[in-house]
Amino acid sequence: EVFLPEEPRPAAPVDFLQELPSYQSALRRRAAAGGTQERRAAPQSSAGLRAAEARGPEQEGGELAARPARECPLTIAEKRRLRDCQQADIKYISGWKQWKRTSSKSLKKVLSEVRELFSYLELWRRDIHSIEGKFGTGIQSYFSFLRFLVLLNFIIFILMFSFVTLPSIISEYGIFNSSFAKISPKNIEPHCTVYKPSGNMGLVYFYTYLKDLLSGTGFLEVTSLFYGYYTIDAAWLSILRYNLPLAYLLATFAYLALSLLWIIKRSVEGFKQNLVHDEDQFQSYCNKVFAGWDFCITDPHAARLKHRSLQYELQTDLEEERLKRKIADRTMKEKLRIYSLRIFINIIVIAVLSGCFYSIYRATVFSQENSNVSIGHDVTNLLVQYLPSIVITLANFIAPQIFSFLIRFEDYSPAFEIRLTLMRCVFVRLANIGVLLFSLWSQISYCATDECKACGYNYELYPCWESEVGQEMYKLMIFDFIIILAGTLFVDFPRKLLVTYCSCKPVQWCGLQEFGISDNVLEIIYGQTICWIGTFFSPLLPAIATIKYFFIFYIKKISLIHTCKPAARPIRASSSNFFFLVVLLIGLVLAFIPLGISIAHIPSSKACGPFRSFNTSWAVVPDTILGFPTGLQQVLHGIASEAFAVPFFMVICLIMFYFIALAGAHKRVVEQLREQLVMVRFDPLFCTPKV
Amino acid sequence: TCEAEAARAAMGGSASLLPRELLGEYQELTFLSKQEILLAYKRFSELLPKEERENACSARVPKSQILTLPELRANPFQHRICRVFSTSDSGDDSMSFEDFLDMLSVFSDSATSDIKSHYAFRIFDFDDDGTLDRKDLEKLVNCLTGQGKESRLSNAEMEQLIRNILEESDIDKDGTINLSEFQHVVSRSPDFTRYGGLQR
Repeated sequence: EVFLPEEPRPAAPVDFLQELPSYQSALRRRAAAGGTQERRAAPQSSAGLRAAEARGPEQEGGELAARPARECPLTIAEKRRLRDCQQADIKYISGWKQWKRTSSKSLKKVLSEVRELFSYLELWRRDIHSIEGKFGTGIQSYFSFLRFLVLLNFIIFILMFSFVTLPSIISEYGIFNSSFAKISPKNIEPHCTVYKPSGNMGLVYFYTYLKDLLSGTGFLEVTSLFYGYYTIDAAWLSILRYNLPLAYLLATFAYLALSLLWIIKRSVEGFKQNLVHDEDQFQSYCNKVFAGWDFCITDPHAARLKHRSLQYELQTDLEEERLKRKIADRTMKEKLRIYSLRIFINIIVIAVLSGCFYSIYRATVFSQENSNVSIGHDVTNLLVQYLPSIVITLANFIAPQIFSFLIRFEDYSPAFEIRLTLMRCVFVRLANIGVLLFSLWSQISYCATDECKACGYNYELYPCWESEVGQEMYKLMIFDFIIILAGTLFVDFPRKLLVTYCSCKPVQWCGLQEFGISDNVLEIIYGQTICWIGTFFSPLLPAIATIKYFFIFYIKKISLIHTCKPAARPIRASSSNFFFLVVLLIGLVLAFIPLGISIAHIPSSKACGPFRSFNTSWAVVPDTILGFPTGLQQVLHGIASEAFAVPFFMVICLIMFYFIALAGAHKRVVEQLREQLVMVRFDPLFCTPKV
Repeated sequence: TCEAEAARAAMGGSASLLPRELLGEYQELTFLSKQEILLAYKRFSELLPKEERENACSARVPKSQILTLPELRANPFQHRICRVFSTSDSGDDSMSFEDFLDMLSVFSDSATSDIKSHYAFRIFDFDDDGTLDRKDLEKLVNCLTGQGKESRLSNAEMEQLIRNILEESDIDKDGTINLSEFQHVVSRSPDFTRYGGLQR
């Protein structure tokens, strides 16, 4: 035998760690509840087959804590013998336990078959497998992330469609004997309610349709794509009353909550690892060495690249450690110089950011002022309409280049450099959307005349301002897709052709491009943030996002396979998964802010949309609550009042402090046990001769 | 059993498929699904010369043939994997179909992390002495960085790396990593469960 079985020691080292107080109390609770003595078996390595057989006939009366045969690290022939042994023991067990055992076994078999069936339904399973085999798990995580976004957008679309669009359409066309009710708003100035979208104007040139399709105006403005279509206040299906404004608002909250929960659920694993093990590079060397080889690689060329990247990674880490020691030995004068340099560079970074924001603000104001006037050719009009998108894309492209140039002077360790540049790029991309929305609002709420103040918003230029915002988000999304398509067609493929057919030095030195995972991920997160913000103003936007990401998957896949070379600096799959989800979460939280302000602060337009009769979009909720029975109203008021919130907050703080204290206590126990383990080695009582 | 199956195949000359009881048994004893076992059987028989294909169950494939599989071809641990999973008495590291299934089962996605870490330990234990000492770790790192002279780490770097690894994982400070310490360190390693998978 290759591996000689050791005698079961009285206390193997890892069992000491199982004497943590929490684990012991959990064991005691389990024993008290089940009435059995379940000692969690130490890894079967310390007991060969013979020990397992010896254990078998012993447990006659009690519950067999034996593991299924396949979880034992033995050959198939030995596992067969173990299983026959286990089955022989079944005769000694009472009928009830026997039935329980066989039913749980068949249940497990059924579950595994169902799981196998579901795995066939998984979208793009084979594509992602092949990418994993050729390019490794780092790039595969990007494509899995893309698949996740497609599914998320599809579910959001289903949500909005079934609760908002479908009832509107059904009641408008009177299907299933339904009808609708439109309540005309009271106490509103009549000039606020005038809204005449151009819609379908009969015979027009074909390119007008194209222009409308690209900018969301004209015939698209009156469809269910935009907020302005939903003017119904209530839909009646026989005797059931469907409150559409409330449904609209609740569906918005529902899709935000759904996105939040789903992202948190997906990131829970990576979060646990990163939170617990964040103290100075805990176990990073063991992780890289023991789990370093990517067993999915089948291509020898890819294997060579993997070897090189592992060597590079290990050398960089060792170098970084030496650098850290050097940094710790820095003199006061050097520290002062470096810190002042860093402050100076951060000021430059802030200046660059302000430059970006200001240019976006000016571009938006210019675009809004001049797009209503049809100046000259339609193409210039289209360009003016798309000006904010163009400026944002330019800013998203230029700013990261500047950041990666500047960070070289700041003298950080390489890993921190990468992280800081990424965080700055993330901030630029997401803040650009915020600035766009802010400039839009400043235009919308700019009020000079009294009549305008009576409405609360600029009713002349923006009779239906939510549709305007929806159109801007729509344009951003379309432009984003066009840029990605154009980038692949006009940059990646020509570059590949150039490198293949032209053998001059500078071209060959440039070489094929690498698949920049972080850049691509930031791109799609930017698109997803637009979708989240825009769905409130344009309920069918998630459908467009789903289709867009669907096509992007194939575009990126083709670009990867035909025009990219594998990255020299690898990004680990585990850390990249967590990083993608954290940035996505930041995008979602940043999407809450503009939506919150739109819903609760800015007066809703009185000329269109479901919230015509309310002051703000949020006002429908207090209105509905007033219609509840008084008892329920009082309960809800109580929950929202300070008398409930303050004690609730204090209780949450107490619970948090308790867990922090518990974690600190466990850490101290682990330290003590580690020291004991070292001492145990020299204690003759515990020493066993090693084979 | 395999002998009955071979007899049946010899009599009927039917296509060499696994009988249902054997299939069910393998499903129970490994982490592979029915599809995966059938696919494994097909691939295993392709490694055999034509005459032996009927008795695929009981035949042994020499090590040189196993190493032609795409998953193992590019793997720096190919020799250790063959050594660990082979149950050959003659020490020539040939594998039978059941050894092959064992190997696929350990590397599949549904294998428990316990099993994976146990076998990973055996694969990394180059001198088969039950612990990972400095020589084992050195050979492990050299496997990872590649076989060429210029792809090895310098002596100073290797020293520093091994010192760091032992600092992180050697709990009882005896200078070697035993199975329990290995399993402990690997159970908290975020990349281990992802990378342990062998695809078809």
